[in-house]
Order: sequence, then structure tokens, then C-alpha cells
Amino acid sequence: MTPGISKVWVYLSASPLLWLTATLLAYQAAYALYARSRFNPLVNPVAIAVALLVAILVGTRTEYTAYFEGAQFVHFLLGPATVALAIPLYQQLPKLRRNWFALLAAALVGGGAAIASAMGFAWALGASPATVLSLAPKAVTMPIAMGVAEKIGGLPSLTAVLVMITGILGAVSARWIFNLMKIEDHSVRGFALGVTSHGIGTARAFQVSEEMGAFSGLAMGLSGVLTALLLPFVLKLLGAA
Amino acid sequence: MATSWLEPNVIHTFAVLLIFQTLGEGLAFAFSLPVPGPVIGMLLLFCYLVARPRAADTLAPTTLEFLKHLSLLFIPAGVGIMVHAERVAAEWLPIVVALVVSAAVSLVVTALVLKWLQK
Repeated sequence: MTPGISKVWVYLSASPLLWLTATLLAYQAAYALYARSRFNPLVNPVAIAVALLVAILVGTRTEYTAYFEGAQFVHFLLGPATVALAIPLYQQLPKLRRNWFALLAAALVGGGAAIASAMGFAWALGASPATVLSLAPKAVTMPIAMGVAEKIGGLPSLTAVLVMITGILGAVSARWIFNLMKIEDHSVRGFALGVTSHGIGTARAFQVSEEMGAFSGLAMGLSGVLTALLLPFVLKLLGAA
Repeated sequence: MATSWLEPNVIHTFAVLLIFQTLGEGLAFAFSLPVPGPVIGMLLLFCYLVARPRAADTLAPTTLEFLKHLSLLFIPAGVGIMVHAERVAAEWLPIVVALVVSAAVSLVVTALVLKWLQK
């Protein structure tokens, strides 16, 4: 006699295989929607895949720890992916050399203003310390942001979601903010978008022009490195972490 | 050019990435640095590329293809939001205000500083 479908489910849901497969399928489905929307930043594939998986996990009463047993194999690749960011950053080196002082200063001041305003507003409106610390690195690329969140006492998975929302916010609002400010230069637009919205902003910038995309990528790399190197030290000095 | 899996270049590239990540994690642990190990690995690889520009040509095809699907790697952590559902429900207002204000501040300040310094 073959075991019933519920027994097969119990067997499979206890193995890492099921949730690893589900993660890849959810991403593919979400990416297909994103492509169909012609890469509209509002149809963010991470947001859709996460929503899909959370719905399935809640529907099947599966604990996050059971899901993570399988998904950890994908999660592990964040480390090598962070290291790999050195290559696109290196390829932007000529742009950085030409104007290094202005670009470094803009990344430092702009990124600093993003961190200070996020932490300040959240704190003033009564957010808990763990939430405030999870908000601090939300403007930089997700693997770096999660690593920093862990180091400073935030919640990496909350940071992951905040990073995603920040990326979408910047990507959909940048155009009218720059128009309002009368900023036309694609290098300035791209750089500001990269500091604000990391990879999601960079993907958006590449749709507008190659130049805007390249500067956005450079900004994302610089602000990621600056945040990872400085934020934990600054918070330590201030005694907040 | 798309690289297919298990090509020598793919294996070589991943070996290099893992070596630099291991170095970064090791240094972060040994000196109890507050900086994430992979970020140190990234900086070490960056310095290595500056010293040996040819290595960038070898690593570029696989890494750029790998980074195209960076989004996939965020999903397992993102699903972790279900663990924090109560926190988000209780603190949604400060979170939303902080995110919206800070994104606008960041776009405006970065663009102004760069425009001003670029002469």
C-alpha cells in the first residue's frame, strides 16, 4: 500500500529539498511577472516572491525555521555575492578616479543623511531600539545591509524587507524629485539614485541610460563600502550599539 | 556571453570568491572587526584587481552573470519578515515615515552635494 498524500507531505516538508525548490519556483514566477510588466519597479520580484512564500508557509502552517532549512543554500550565496561586487566596482574605477573627491563626499554626506534621518524619525516616533538599528543600513545593497544589521544589533530579516521597500521607494520617486529640483545631468541623477536605492535603483537607472546606470552602480558600491566600514564604528562611538 | 554551469571558469571564479570571503571572515573574526567579513573580502578582492587588472577579465563573465540574479538571494531572508509580523504591525507608522522621509532626503542631499562639488 502506498502512503497517503499527507504522509508524503510530512516527509517532504521535513527535508530541505521542498523549500529550496519552492524558493526557486517563487522567484521564477515573480520574475516572469516583473518581465511582463516591462520591469516596472513597483512589480518588484523579491517582494512578490516573498509574499507568495509567506502565504504558502502560513497556509501550510510551516515554521520559518523549517523553511530556512531548505532556503539556507540560497541564503549562503549572499556572502560570495558580496565579494563579487568588487568586480563591477572595479570596472567603474576610471569614473571614480576622474572625480573622486566629489563622488566620495556625495556618497558620504548623502548616505549619512539617509541613515541619520531614518534613525531620527523612527526614534522620534517611538520605534523600538531593534527597529531603529534595523533601519540604519537600509539604503545599501542587501547582502551588505544584512551583514551590518547583524553586527550592530538590528534584525537582519527585518532589514532585508526595509532594504527592498527603500529600493522601490527611490526607484519610483526619483524622476519627479529630480524634475522638481531641475537636475538634468544623468551622472548626478544616477549617483543619487544609487546612494538611495542600491541595486533596485541601479536597475531602474540602466533603463533610462547607460551613463545613469553606471553612476548608480558606482554609488551603490561606494555607499555600501562606506556604510559597512563607518556605521558600526560610529554607532559604537555614540554608544548606541 | 552567457556562461554555462560547471565550465572551468565558473568553478575557478567561485573558488576565488570563496577564498576572498574566507580571508575576510577570518580577518573580521581575528581582529573582532564590526565590519561584515564578506565586505572585507570584497575590499581585498578589489585591491587584488587593482594590482592585477588581468584577473578582472577572467572573473567578470561569471560574476556579472551571477549578480544578475542577486535578487534571488534576498528571498530567504525576506521571508523572515513573517517572524517579525507583530513588530511591523505595532511599529508601522515610524517605519513608514522613516523610510519615505529618508529616501527623499537621500536623493536630494546626494544630488545637491554632487552638483555643487562638480562645479
